Amino acid sequence: MTTSNYASERETDEGRVFTVTGGDWDTIVAGTDPINDERIVVNMGPQHPSTHGVLRLILELEGETVREARSVIGYLHTGIEKNLEYRNWVQGSTFVTRMDYLAPIFNETAYALAVEKLLGITDDITERATTIRVLMMELNRISSHLVWLATTGMELGAISIMLYGFREREYILDIFETITGLRMNHAYVRPGGVAQDVPDDAIVKIREFLKMMPKKLKEYEDLLSGQPIWTERTKNVAVLDVTGCVALGITGPVLRSAGLAWDLRKTMPYCGYETYEFDVPTHPDGDVWGRYQVRLAEIRESMKLVEQALDRLRPGPVMVADRKIAWPAQLAIGVDGMGNSLEHVAKIMGQSMESLIHHFKLVTEGFRVPPGQVYVAIEAPRGELGVHAVSDGGTRPYRVHYREPSFVNLQALPAMAEGGLIADVIAGGASLDPVMGGCDR
Amino acid sequence: MTSPTDKPNDGGVPLPVVPAGATSGAPAEFPPASPAGRGMFGNQGSGDVSGYGGLVRQRQPIEEASRPYGGYFDEVRDALEEAYPAFNDAIEKVVVDRGELTLHVRPERIAEVCQVMRDDLALRFELCSSVSGADYLGADERRLHVIYLLTSMTYRRRVRLEAAVSVEAPHLPSVTAIYPTADWQEREAYDMFGIVFDGHPSLTRILMPDDWEGHPQRKDYPLGGVPVEYKGAEIQPPNERRSYQ
Repeated sequence: MTTSNYASERETDEGRVFTVTGGDWDTIVAGTDPINDERIVVNMGPQHPSTHGVLRLILELEGETVREARSVIGYLHTGIEKNLEYRNWVQGSTFVTRMDYLAPIFNETAYALAVEKLLGITDDITERATTIRVLMMELNRISSHLVWLATTGMELGAISIMLYGFREREYILDIFETITGLRMNHAYVRPGGVAQDVPDDAIVKIREFLKMMPKKLKEYEDLLSGQPIWTERTKNVAVLDVTGCVALGITGPVLRSAGLAWDLRKTMPYCGYETYEFDVPTHPDGDVWGRYQVRLAEIRESMKLVEQALDRLRPGPVMVADRKIAWPAQLAIGVDGMGNSLEHVAKIMGQSMESLIHHFKLVTEGFRVPPGQVYVAIEAPRGELGVHAVSDGGTRPYRVHYREPSFVNLQALPAMAEGGLIADVIAGGASLDPVMGGCDR
Repeated sequence: MTSPTDKPNDGGVPLPVVPAGATSGAPAEFPPASPAGRGMFGNQGSGDVSGYGGLVRQRQPIEEASRPYGGYFDEVRDALEEAYPAFNDAIEKVVVDRGELTLHVRPERIAEVCQVMRDDLALRFELCSSVSGADYLGADERRLHVIYLLTSMTYRRRVRLEAAVSVEAPHLPSVTAIYPTADWQEREAYDMFGIVFDGHPSLTRILMPDDWEGHPQRKDYPLGGVPVEYKGAEIQPPNERRSYQ
């Protein structure tokens, strides 16, 4: 090292560290040993478009080979769990729906199931409400997998599939808007049932969607499956076997792509999934290609489930009968989303004092939940979505913890990336399908 | 369980020391539901004309479970007792509530118990689904609890382990060597509650910035927030609004 004016050096545990302050690059690096010092550290993200959100990866590279990879998260932490403790149990729905923003219905349903289990009213949830939940969840699973296909396609250079995936997903969001009033962040599934019955025109739309979708899926497969670039970039890339998955807590399509048919809808059923007919797709290879195959197959299975749920929809209430839990008003959908129906407002303001009192108590105070703790897990598009909810007997959650599959699954990234090429970091990371809103909460 | 009272405890929030007086004041210092058992709105100091301030709420404790527990719970306990000689020393309490089994484990034994739970052929809890913290301020001397949710994929069972530590000595062994998936989840519990997992490979903050002070999800950590003006009226931040007990 000859230019100590510009680059001071010091020895650390990690090796020699230079602090470069200026000067000519050639003279600065003249003193370094190119054989031993050729590892470079690259900071990818948190604003990198290919990291699937505000995820930061620190990669130690040797040429194009990744020697070490570490992920840094927390850039989208919004303190939802803490905030829940300052709102009543019903208000919780509006918070949790914003966690994993690609699968809001799952967040809401898991939360609702947990609160219902705490209340001990799991068996009182009406048939129609449960069927609507299944219907909405499976539609949501399709839309989530479509976004996965779209973004992963884009990250691996297939731009058309990005447009197609988002186009079809928009169709589902349209259905959601018809039913809940909003495209995302619905707060539709509430403790006790769902906020609003499914209108007839939504059923028509869903039927149309089911008719259209198989053709589109074939289009995607025609576009990608036989294409050499797509197969080159996905086959034998970012392999993780069952042992690795279970040790790292990976569930969902990634675990199933390694060959283990672990799907909570089958293994620990909830919402009556044991009465539906569907398969759990798996793949033997445990690579990105396998995850692509599994997710496409899951879209098809979800369509079967949606169809069955539609056939089962019978008229009936969508909220529990207990008026101490169910909101007093049937909500109405207006131009700006869901709100109190004007008829109900007219009634409580003009006709019935008791209704007004009851409405006021339930909306401002909420209901009490007996003390205790529960854990409820459902199969979200990304794996096991668990809710650990604690009540101390009050009107607000004492503690709610989300076991977010994005958060847990992201731990597999170093195992997938290390030893591979830097381009495969993108493929591997994308195949985990992390949603940072869920990961950071 | 060195609970401040000798009353039987439930599966969730331990009983408060004495249910006297709302300890969370009008601008709620703590989430209002936490230690208080009296009053309705959490307000103190202002004249009470409603009479609701005198309400004392008694919580119905859930008894410690007695045999038979029902379901697979007895099998799990028997298998653990057989495979783990120090069972009586390590397990403080067994609670069955709402169809879920909770084993309260002495914190220093948690890694051993997890090891047996994972490896014993009759137990086979291969998957650690979730590790999280909870703060039982005012209700338990050892107020920081760590909750492990273990899943047996072979037998399709779930068991919850719970270990309690105090704020003064918030140490317990890490289970990352047994369940590598606990890595980030323990970091989150450290970040949010300040629970220190000894033997964790790199126990650093994960969701909050590295230089953050305090552990945000503790009950004595304020929520914060600013008042919002809406149509001329000012609405307080959520932690300062009147709240129901």
